[in-house]
Amino acid sequence: MKSVQKIRQDFPMLSTHMNGHPLAYLDNGATTQKPQSVIDAITHFYRDEYATIHRGVYELSQKATQACDDVRAKTAQFIHAPSIDEIIFVRGTTEAINLVSHCLGAYVQPGQDVIITGMEHHANFVPWQMLCIRNGANFKVIPITDTGELDMDAYAKALSENTAIVAFGHISNALGTINPVQEMTMLAKKAGALVLIDGAQAIAHAPVDVQAIGCDFYAFSAHKCYGPTGIGVLWGKKTLLEAMPPYQFGGDMIESVSINKTTFAPIPAKFESGTPAIAEIIGLGAAFDYITKLGFDFIQKQEHSLLIYAQEQFEACLPCIQVIGKAKHKASLVSFIMEGVHPHDIGTILDQEGIAVRAGHHCAQPVMTRFGIPATTRASMSFYNTQEEIDRLVNALEKAYRLLG
Amino acid sequence: MNKTDQLYQEVILDHNKNPRNFKELASPTHKAHGINPLCGDDYWISIQVENNTVQDIGFMGSGCAISKSSGSLMTSLIKGKSTQEALDLKNTFLELIMTDCTDECREKAGRLKVLEGVKQFPIRVKCATLVWRALEAALSQKDQAISTEN
Repeated sequence: MKSVQKIRQDFPMLSTHMNGHPLAYLDNGATTQKPQSVIDAITHFYRDEYATIHRGVYELSQKATQACDDVRAKTAQFIHAPSIDEIIFVRGTTEAINLVSHCLGAYVQPGQDVIITGMEHHANFVPWQMLCIRNGANFKVIPITDTGELDMDAYAKALSENTAIVAFGHISNALGTINPVQEMTMLAKKAGALVLIDGAQAIAHAPVDVQAIGCDFYAFSAHKCYGPTGIGVLWGKKTLLEAMPPYQFGGDMIESVSINKTTFAPIPAKFESGTPAIAEIIGLGAAFDYITKLGFDFIQKQEHSLLIYAQEQFEACLPCIQVIGKAKHKASLVSFIMEGVHPHDIGTILDQEGIAVRAGHHCAQPVMTRFGIPATTRASMSFYNTQEEIDRLVNALEKAYRLLG
Repeated sequence: MNKTDQLYQEVILDHNKNPRNFKELASPTHKAHGINPLCGDDYWISIQVENNTVQDIGFMGSGCAISKSSGSLMTSLIKGKSTQEALDLKNTFLELIMTDCTDECREKAGRLKVLEGVKQFPIRVKCATLVWRALEAALSQKDQAISTEN
């Protein structure tokens, strides 16, 4: 196994500086840095192999088509999807959820329930809220506990045969809570509901098996798992994807077009109109290769030890800080507030020390409201972070408190 | 002084800790709401205007040290001024922290100069201007919330 120092050399950004200090990148919940292999895959494609897919009869185009098909197969394997036709390339998690909430429009009847949780990112909140307004359905938000875990009793009680759709995050971006997705899915399926899981925060940090989970849809973005921006994946069960109407119309998604009638291509093409983000798809494939090579055993061990270390250091050195989100099962992130100091000021002070964190409401305003706070500061770790970076974070936070607390 | 110290000068730290006029007027003649959806800064400005003079002014809400000290300095400086003078000072302040301002502008800005360090932090400029935008909205009787993002 490679050492963390060796692994860091795979990521060019990790040896850069910010404001005169070596970059301590602790904003992996927002987006992850890219290994050289991903950068190379994209560069190589643009420089040596670039062509569009599907349309060309020439060799370059056929090769590009094959490369994208290979990544589709790799994606299916990565999340244990039973069929490669169930992998839809989209722009990201946000588009995936919008696609499903839009295309299931006719499925949700007036008076039915759509259920989400109180810890959702706005991307898994607003699309369902809007669907309910459009369809006259009931928008139900399951409360979370003081530790930032889902109130499972309330969840079980809310489910009924009137529930059309249940949507929830695998891991909360604002709190780090790892939801019991298998149990939640099982309960929702028992009630006869469709289940969508927002996997944006999980895909880089835990192995995902959509068949073991038992959900109907799973969505994630490439840029949060060491791949490029602008590309993501919607996985859905074949029967559902086939029954759903197309999302957008255009080239590539049709079977035949005439003045009187248009018929649509089978999945996945039905949901992939227009020229896709070919280079980004190829980059995503390289990102999967990188993660697979490292292995989730290593990734989870390393990230969990960073979480434990950060929590210990926070507790020992920073009595001025209150951690928001203390779930028993938690991803490697610490979201917190500091007595008398606004997260935005903390963010600026850390920035001057070369430390990148997120300060704000994390696109999860209902979570902030639940805890009665306007915003938090969030340090989110990856396997490439080090204890030394956590030490620098703690020192900089002490400095912020001395200055502004 | 490094950049951080230039931003968080003593005066700013003091106004953040003990903001002046941190109150909501009981029956203001003018009122406006300023929000920064990116970081959650959120203030109400309430003003009592009589004979075109700002008799009393308060700001209330929550936000970072920059937005709060800016509100504290603003309310301290414009109390007793005419509404036109208040708006002129607003323009001076915006010029001070959003442009390569002249020495003349710096002179006119007076005590507000202490916020000039914000210039070096483009992302924080909106924190400093939020309450001033709300002041402008309140005095022009725009009956809507002011957001830094539209």
